[in-house]
Amino acid sequence: MEKFNLENISLVIGILVILIGLWGLLTQKNLIKIIIGFALFDTGIHIVMVSIGYIKNGTAPILDNAVDINNAANAVVDPVPQALVLTAIVIGLGITALMLTYVLKMYQKRKSLEINNYNDLKW
Amino acid sequence: MIQLIIALFIGVLILIMAVIAIIHKNLVVGIIAAGAVSLFASVLYLLLSAPDVAMTEAAIGSGLSTIIFFYVLNKIKRQNG
Amino acid sequence: MVKNILIFIVLIGFAVLLANVFVGFKGNSELNTLANHYAVSGPEEVGSANLVTAVVVTYRGLDTLGEVTILFLSAAIVSFLLKIETSASRKRKLRTTSEILDTASKILVPVTLLFGIYVFINGHLSPGGGFQGGAIIASGLVLMLLSQPAKEVSHKLITIVESISGLSFVLIGVAGVIFAAGFLDNTLLSLGKFGTIFSAGLIPVIYIFVGLKVGAELSGIIANLQENQNEV
Repeated sequence: MEKFNLENISLVIGILVILIGLWGLLTQKNLIKIIIGFALFDTGIHIVMVSIGYIKNGTAPILDNAVDINNAANAVVDPVPQALVLTAIVIGLGITALMLTYVLKMYQKRKSLEINNYNDLKW
Repeated sequence: MIQLIIALFIGVLILIMAVIAIIHKNLVVGIIAAGAVSLFASVLYLLLSAPDVAMTEAAIGSGLSTIIFFYVLNKIKRQNG
Repeated sequence: MVKNILIFIVLIGFAVLLANVFVGFKGNSELNTLANHYAVSGPEEVGSANLVTAVVVTYRGLDTLGEVTILFLSAAIVSFLLKIETSASRKRKLRTTSEILDTASKILVPVTLLFGIYVFINGHLSPGGGFQGGAIIASGLVLMLLSQPAKEVSHKLITIVESISGLSFVLIGVAGVIFAAGFLDNTLLSLGKFGTIFSAGLIPVIYIFVGLKVGAELSGIIANLQENQNEV
């Protein structure tokens, strides 16, 4: 029962989202579905990272009126994973846009979204 | 305690939406469900005391990336017809 | 059949790996040494009320520069790949937009852009910052393009804003090496009174440039993908 708290619940959610994303990535045949799988994988990893940085009963790492500045170290959650996830989300959008553009180019060549039709490198 | 109940509820919603995003045959429904996963994840970040991350996820994960998916899907459909 | 078994093995392997993370995670009740340093001496070293901003802009400023570069590269590749096909004759037949969308966007687009600017100017005091502000500005552009699909987005303007803000970001970093303690050191300006808008030294200035750069890059990606929507 000691595992039943906020950070463990969100850790489990993140892990399950990672596994669902990986499952979609491996089993789907449609290129756009594969990219959706990548996006879910991304979201899951972000949830896992933020929940690992959580401190029990911590407030947001912003030192305004709600937090005593001399007692900040005992009141706030870890800011480092949050800073990492912040940049990772923005990079994720760039990567998604890049993958979708390549899919568009591939579709113009072959007129197909099925991954089984792209077997030039298969041996 | 109320936080835990909200977190469990949000978690169940996230998992249902993630499964729908993968298995639904219609691509439009899949893309909307993937956007919903991001939107609920941003509520979860708010519970985990990460307002900065919640803002980024709500603006980028569920807003911009969904619209990019739709632009590409629309373009592909137009070439088809 | 063999493929399905292999997929199953990979999934089980990942599940075991991640289950180990869950079993080994005991939950934290206090900050680790590094985060403790940021929380205790962050306010006097950097002067930023938002500790995430302090980490992103100052303590890990070089990472932010690399991250903005990655975003620039992906935006450049997207525009390169989509540019070639648009050079052919463009015939755009446009749908008419509804009255509600048209009227609402006239009011909401300026407010959205203003809110984006507010978010990145106040990045050191409240939640938000350059990345969020840039994303909000790009969302305003999306709303504008939804209501007026025929509108030409000026790519020249996007390029100019993007280059100038990127160049200023790097120049501020180099000025930190020459006149202060190191690359992207924010004590070049005085730290000011903690918790006011003119505080935290160079952090608001750097975040304004990051916000403009991210906003221009995301707008460029969206404008490129939108532009060849309606041609056949």
